[in-house]
Amino acid sequence: MNLDAKIPSGPIQEKWDKHRFEMKLVNPANKRKFDVIVVGTGLAGASAAASLAELGYNVEAFCFNDSARRAHSIAAQGGINAAKNYPNDGDSIERLFYDTVKGGDFRAREANVYRLAQVSSAIIDQCVAQGVPFAREYGGLLDNRSFGGAQVSRTFYARGQTGQQLLLGAYGALMRQVGLGTVKMHVRTEMLDVVVVDGRARGIVVRDLTTGEIRSHAADAVVLATGGYANVFYLSTNAKACNVTAGERAYKRGAAFANPCFTPIHPTCIPRSGDYQSKLTLMSESLRNDGRGWVPKIRGDRRSPAQIPESERDYYLERKYPSYGNLAPRDISSRAAKEACDDGRGVGPGGYGVYLDFADAIGRLGQNVIAERYGNLFEMYERITGENPYQVPMRIYPAPHYAMGGLWVDYNLMSTIEGLHVLGEANFSDHGANRLGASALMQGLADGYFIIPYTIGHYFASNKLGKVKTDHAEFKRVEAEVRERIKRLTTANGKRTPDSFHRELGKIVWEKCGMARNEKGLKEALQQIPALREEFWKNLKLTGHSDDYNAVLEHAGRVADFLEFAELLCLDALMRTESCGGHFREESQMADGEAKRDDAGFSHATVWEYAGADKAPLLNKEPLTFETVKLAVRSYK
Amino acid sequence: MKLTLRIWRQKNPRERGAFVTFPLADVSEHMSFLEMLDVLNESLIDKGQEPVAFDHDCREGICGACSLMINGYPHGPLPATTTCQLHMRHFKDGDVITVEPWRARAFPVLKDCVTDRSALDRIMQAGGFVSVRTGGTPDANALPIRKKEADLSMDAAACIGCGACVAACKNASAMLFVAAKVGQFAHLPQGQAERKERVRRMTGQMDKEGFGNCTNTYDCEGACPKQINRRFIAEMNRDFICAELTE
Repeated sequence: MNLDAKIPSGPIQEKWDKHRFEMKLVNPANKRKFDVIVVGTGLAGASAAASLAELGYNVEAFCFNDSARRAHSIAAQGGINAAKNYPNDGDSIERLFYDTVKGGDFRAREANVYRLAQVSSAIIDQCVAQGVPFAREYGGLLDNRSFGGAQVSRTFYARGQTGQQLLLGAYGALMRQVGLGTVKMHVRTEMLDVVVVDGRARGIVVRDLTTGEIRSHAADAVVLATGGYANVFYLSTNAKACNVTAGERAYKRGAAFANPCFTPIHPTCIPRSGDYQSKLTLMSESLRNDGRGWVPKIRGDRRSPAQIPESERDYYLERKYPSYGNLAPRDISSRAAKEACDDGRGVGPGGYGVYLDFADAIGRLGQNVIAERYGNLFEMYERITGENPYQVPMRIYPAPHYAMGGLWVDYNLMSTIEGLHVLGEANFSDHGANRLGASALMQGLADGYFIIPYTIGHYFASNKLGKVKTDHAEFKRVEAEVRERIKRLTTANGKRTPDSFHRELGKIVWEKCGMARNEKGLKEALQQIPALREEFWKNLKLTGHSDDYNAVLEHAGRVADFLEFAELLCLDALMRTESCGGHFREESQMADGEAKRDDAGFSHATVWEYAGADKAPLLNKEPLTFETVKLAVRSYK
Repeated sequence: MKLTLRIWRQKNPRERGAFVTFPLADVSEHMSFLEMLDVLNESLIDKGQEPVAFDHDCREGICGACSLMINGYPHGPLPATTTCQLHMRHFKDGDVITVEPWRARAFPVLKDCVTDRSALDRIMQAGGFVSVRTGGTPDANALPIRKKEADLSMDAAACIGCGACVAACKNASAMLFVAAKVGQFAHLPQGQAERKERVRRMTGQMDKEGFGNCTNTYDCEGACPKQINRRFIAEMNRDFICAELTE
């Protein structure tokens, strides 16, 4: 596979400017002759669709929710990074660039990350002009706060709902274009396949989720902004409908998938309370500043926390990492909690939780101070668990919440299928093996507002694209395949619901390819997943019809794709025998439990190429060359 | 606990719907309301029956997808809480719980408890934005905004577009939704250039969609999971009158 990243030559500071000048342009009068399909209306998709329509392209946008505004970008709480240096604390494009490369454990492509840092400031300008109500100081200027992995305050925020406010900005811009007739919006419509004609992405096949109709849409280019795949774990902080279908379908049509094993784990989520649990809720990590993590020393100790005397408590983080204690890095504290629970000392229903105790902090600082710092989080916790964390210790447990891996893209955000562009979380480009807090929103908007509008024009201007319509034989063929697949799902006359398969898959992937991975477990998973997939197609039970609103059928289709993707995820984790960022291989760790990177062996992106059904995928490598930063051991000590 | 659920079943927009009663045992108090419905639905699929259709997605109270009328209250009886954040510990063993879709002419039922809320999108298309293009915007700090005004704008912007205000209103009015959108921009300097056109166009679209009029009973404010303040309705009315008189 030819993996030409098309990185412009020259010093890193000049690459993007030089590239913008060198890229070909489409004459303003000719833009209306090009049709673009945008799938997904989160930050990346909505900003791309609006920006492309403003330029004059004909855009069709698709989302599976009932409104474009409900995409999961909306749930981001913390903030968005930008190298504005408003606080005068030494931030710069260089520093944001370096922090992001380092935060990603040196597994991201330098040139892309530098460009991300370069356009970050313009994102904030754009959002403010749109009327995004960012937090402000009394002088009327924008407020900033600090976030993990950075020593400067570069995070802009809007109360605890930065994601919603940024998305409403992009959604507003999109609605404006819909009103002007330049974007045709299709809600409750799910993309089920990509159509490739003569090596180029020329359209998609979708299912109307209200009527069940299968139809095709043709265009000159397709943009996927379809988010991440953390729901492969079943329980994650993602929204229920988040899925890998678009990515998996594109992969099967020839788009290579990069670094699927890079999935981060967030240490402070509310633990599951029973087998019915449908999703996990994340709480800010800032809680660890004042909370002390502990579990009982005795296995299976079912006493209430107040009845367990001090001498029978194991403050496991303070014991294992005396210098860092409860503020040990994310991955280390996550794994320590898992170890304690695997040892039978977990607390709460099911035994998968650890205490985060504020009693000492309340005694030392008073309840008022704690309420001021964490009041809203305590309230949210009480709403969900029914327990008052001022009186009983919180219970927390780590959970998956993002995906750094995704479809491989070059510098122009184009996948290995010509004309198929991939933006935001759905691509692999900018975060390496670990994403810093408040950087996901930045990347989604950078891709949509400031990168794809330039690079898609270059694609149109550099290629002679004849018009392809949906009556083309290839559209008919893919449509038939989609119908056949749906028929297979609806006619499998078995006994198990799609949800039960999803839960079982999630359990396998979480246990064998979650916070800590090893060769034995991954090999087991690679046996279990195909077996489960085989059972799925034999023993699936659906209700309702395919030509109607049918949430069970929707879920079954997504689970079918997760069942295929999970194998790639585990295979990637097996091949990467080093530990880096969110990928922790137990065989590769330092004496103190820190991840041990292997730069000689793994300074590359693993890029998987589909080889056909029942064939092992082909492994390609995109070497990562670091011209600007020096590789170093990632340390926050 | 054991519950009796009376749930609205409706095959499609054309056919008439009706309440169907389902007994449900072994409900844990720690379940969210939607997890309780998940359990019901899994048992229905097991029996070969179609599960109850309802909209949901993020399940953390921000996407605005979930939308059930529970015992006559939009999002259930708890204040400032979406259905997905409502937990079963607020119900008692033996309770009969009535679950319906949003009821409003502008929100036709698609299936069971799923309604078509695209009218809200069309109101947004009429003017729920500041007309700026991508790029060419001034530096973000070139425009100082009084903190108090920025905070008020944020109060209004917290609206999650769920439609509970419409469902709560005896007139099925969308005034609180529209007022929140108009109010977000009315409190910001960025929104001033289009302030008059915006309020006229958005309220005009609201009327076209078949939402009812506001008679100031403020059930909308009581039902709003994000506690959007009714002051924004008063402010929008003032803006509307000014716009009508001067345009």
